[in-house]
Amino acid sequence: MPRWFVSPSKLRQKGIMGMNKRNADFIMRYNPRRLYPLVDNKLLTKRLALKNQIAVPELYGVVEIQHQLRDLEKMLAPYSQFVIKPVHGSGGNGIMVVTGRMGNGFRKAGGEPITLESLEHHVSNILSGMYSLGGIPDKAIIEYCVQFDPFFEHIIFRGVPDIRVIVFRGVPVSAMIRLPTRESDGKANLHQGAMGIGVDIASGVSCSGVHHDKTLTHHPDTGHSVESIEIPHWRQILNIAVHCADTVGLGYLGVDIVMDRNLGPLMLELNARPGLNVQLANQAGLLKKLEKVENIKQLPKSIEERLALAEGL
Amino acid sequence: MNKVVVRVWALLLAILGLGIAAYKIYYMGLPITPQQSAEVWTVQARLVFQGQGGPAKVGFHVPDVTPGFIKLDEDFISSRFGLVIDKSQDNRRADWSVRRAKGEQALYYRVIVSRSEQEQGWNSVPRYPTPPQYEEPYASAIHAILDDVRKESADVGSYTRELLQQLNAKQPNENVKLIRDRAGKGDSWVEQIIEILKGVRIPSRVLWGLRVSDASNSAVLEPLLQVHNGQKWLTYDPESGAMGIPSNFLAWKIGNQPLFELEGGKKAKLEFSITKTYEELIDIARQGAVQMDSVFADFSLLTLPVQNQNVYRLLLMVPLGALLVVFLRTFVGLKTFGTFMPILIALAFRETQLYWGLFLFTVIVSLGLMIRFYLERMMLLLIPRLASILVIVVILMVLISLISTKFGAERVLSLTLFPMVILAMTIERMSIVWEENGAKEAMLQGLGSMFVACLGYIVMTNEQLMYAMFVFPELLLVVLSLCLLMGRYTGYRLSELRRFRAIVAEDK
Repeated sequence: MPRWFVSPSKLRQKGIMGMNKRNADFIMRYNPRRLYPLVDNKLLTKRLALKNQIAVPELYGVVEIQHQLRDLEKMLAPYSQFVIKPVHGSGGNGIMVVTGRMGNGFRKAGGEPITLESLEHHVSNILSGMYSLGGIPDKAIIEYCVQFDPFFEHIIFRGVPDIRVIVFRGVPVSAMIRLPTRESDGKANLHQGAMGIGVDIASGVSCSGVHHDKTLTHHPDTGHSVESIEIPHWRQILNIAVHCADTVGLGYLGVDIVMDRNLGPLMLELNARPGLNVQLANQAGLLKKLEKVENIKQLPKSIEERLALAEGL
Repeated sequence: MNKVVVRVWALLLAILGLGIAAYKIYYMGLPITPQQSAEVWTVQARLVFQGQGGPAKVGFHVPDVTPGFIKLDEDFISSRFGLVIDKSQDNRRADWSVRRAKGEQALYYRVIVSRSEQEQGWNSVPRYPTPPQYEEPYASAIHAILDDVRKESADVGSYTRELLQQLNAKQPNENVKLIRDRAGKGDSWVEQIIEILKGVRIPSRVLWGLRVSDASNSAVLEPLLQVHNGQKWLTYDPESGAMGIPSNFLAWKIGNQPLFELEGGKKAKLEFSITKTYEELIDIARQGAVQMDSVFADFSLLTLPVQNQNVYRLLLMVPLGALLVVFLRTFVGLKTFGTFMPILIALAFRETQLYWGLFLFTVIVSLGLMIRFYLERMMLLLIPRLASILVIVVILMVLISLISTKFGAERVLSLTLFPMVILAMTIERMSIVWEENGAKEAMLQGLGSMFVACLGYIVMTNEQLMYAMFVFPELLLVVLSLCLLMGRYTGYRLSELRRFRAIVAEDK
């Protein structure tokens, strides 16, 4: 019979980090508040990445005020595939993926049609702050829609899978793949019903996954096994993650990376408050690794050395 | 900052808060629970006289120091008379005067008192009296008695007690008989004793007061004997010799000057009436707070005007609600719409009572949510859409009020104060969560909010807590201390014990 609760001592023994612990001992200690805008503002993140030669999806345009909505059609004219995002969105809220055109309108990632009017309404919602923290007025960005690597093709149902790497003091400590499901409507956020699959940080090979609270070895929609997948370009992915952490200066960071079939790994966004779900996906706690890294007084400067260090954790 | 520093702060705040509260309870006698009641006496003096057409002046002694009692309120009722309060040497006098007084005049003085443990006493220091020249044959009798008593006593207190015992003995000796015959009984008896005490240079005086044990319309002032032992005034019953002021004796005036003096009138008549009622201790504390000579009493919320008090009564409960939210979020991990919104909802429940509140909340939010989904199809901008929801919420409230009044439910009339902005925001947030994260998540957060609101309501309407926070607002420091402590809690949340259970289960 499944138990309702487990004892805290068991979780502690496993090195599971709770939200209170994460907030107090890692986020507050290693993430200076003044750096948050670099992470929370997707436009700033993108600009910073471009400046530092980190590969990101191309920016097509920004809608800043309601008035610009008239030009939306013109702005979108060259593209049939794109993603609309709130600049200050969190948790994947407000992101709309358009994968094609249908007559006068468009087709969303899920296949449903959407009119230009609905699209404009969505952007207008973003502008009025519907998806931003505290409802403050926001901007919308329109960017390149990632063409996911054929490598994932047979596993996933729809949407763009991404890889989240947790970097602590410039050392990658944990990673997971986030696979969209039918339930998550193509989105890669676990709380929306996406599937999380743990990845061995040293080898880049996946282990079993988690969907909501349950451990799964197969994708809930496609039925494909999610175990023992070797992620291509793993070294490059870790490299990007560590480079991002060095660039923004946050000590405790989640880096979301997508695999584009033509462009290779691209950094999608950064997260200053990651780390709980990755434990579920990996079926292992983060604390022990975090403490090991915390106890190293002087970390090596070069990325290569730090990656080597990560393999030994 | 170091965890230890936070704990030290928390400890200091808690000690300070609890310390002040303890001081108020033990030294100022503020009751811990609201439902304690105590006897309260209303003593009224009514003075009637016939005016003679010219100016009239009345001097009337009123209580000043009242050991064993606290004055809660005092009234001087005297329609056309001017009033001056004159305080001199342990006595207080009301001087009424009027230019023309014709026909019957009535003056009232009313004082409301309650028992009190507070230390009160007379500060005046008398001069030593000179021994009088007694006439014979009393002189030798008095000296004989004084000598007798002196042998048996050590100080002023024991001397007086011994003297009273001898003078009131059941089988008096010849000397005592002689003095008793001279005096008769009553007030002149006290006068007699004072005269005798002068013989040994002990300062003494008479204290007049009322017995307030029961309701009465014909109470009269009774005399007690007071002697000064160099430090303070000691009080004795002149007939039984018992020491101390009896517990139901309300001190009224000191000395032998008449209780009232009248100029320009005749047929003066004075009546005392006493009524006994019961009042809640907190009301007594409220009225007494003004009289107490303490910094904490001066800054008591009880001294505020009543309307303001009610605002603070409510305001002081909000931190407790916040504390509850902090607990439920850091230790339990409940999900709610907005951090403190459930507390605002709980405040709204206070107006409507819990069941009605829950019912209204559910009905309005569900109806609002349905309409909100339809509005979504109209593709309105955010702010106009919020405003539309607000309008709809108000319409719904009006409709519910009208319908329920038809069915005779009065409770809903107070619904007008149900915060519609909060409802509108709840609907908006819920619909977004609904769209983004699915109906299940929206329901979960909705139920979470309701649950916290219910708990908040229970906490914030608790009579005992309301009373405690209001009378001891320093408890806010304790609340703050708890918040600091919880702010450094890095352990697991209850929800995480469930969330991560899959990891542990894998082991088996």
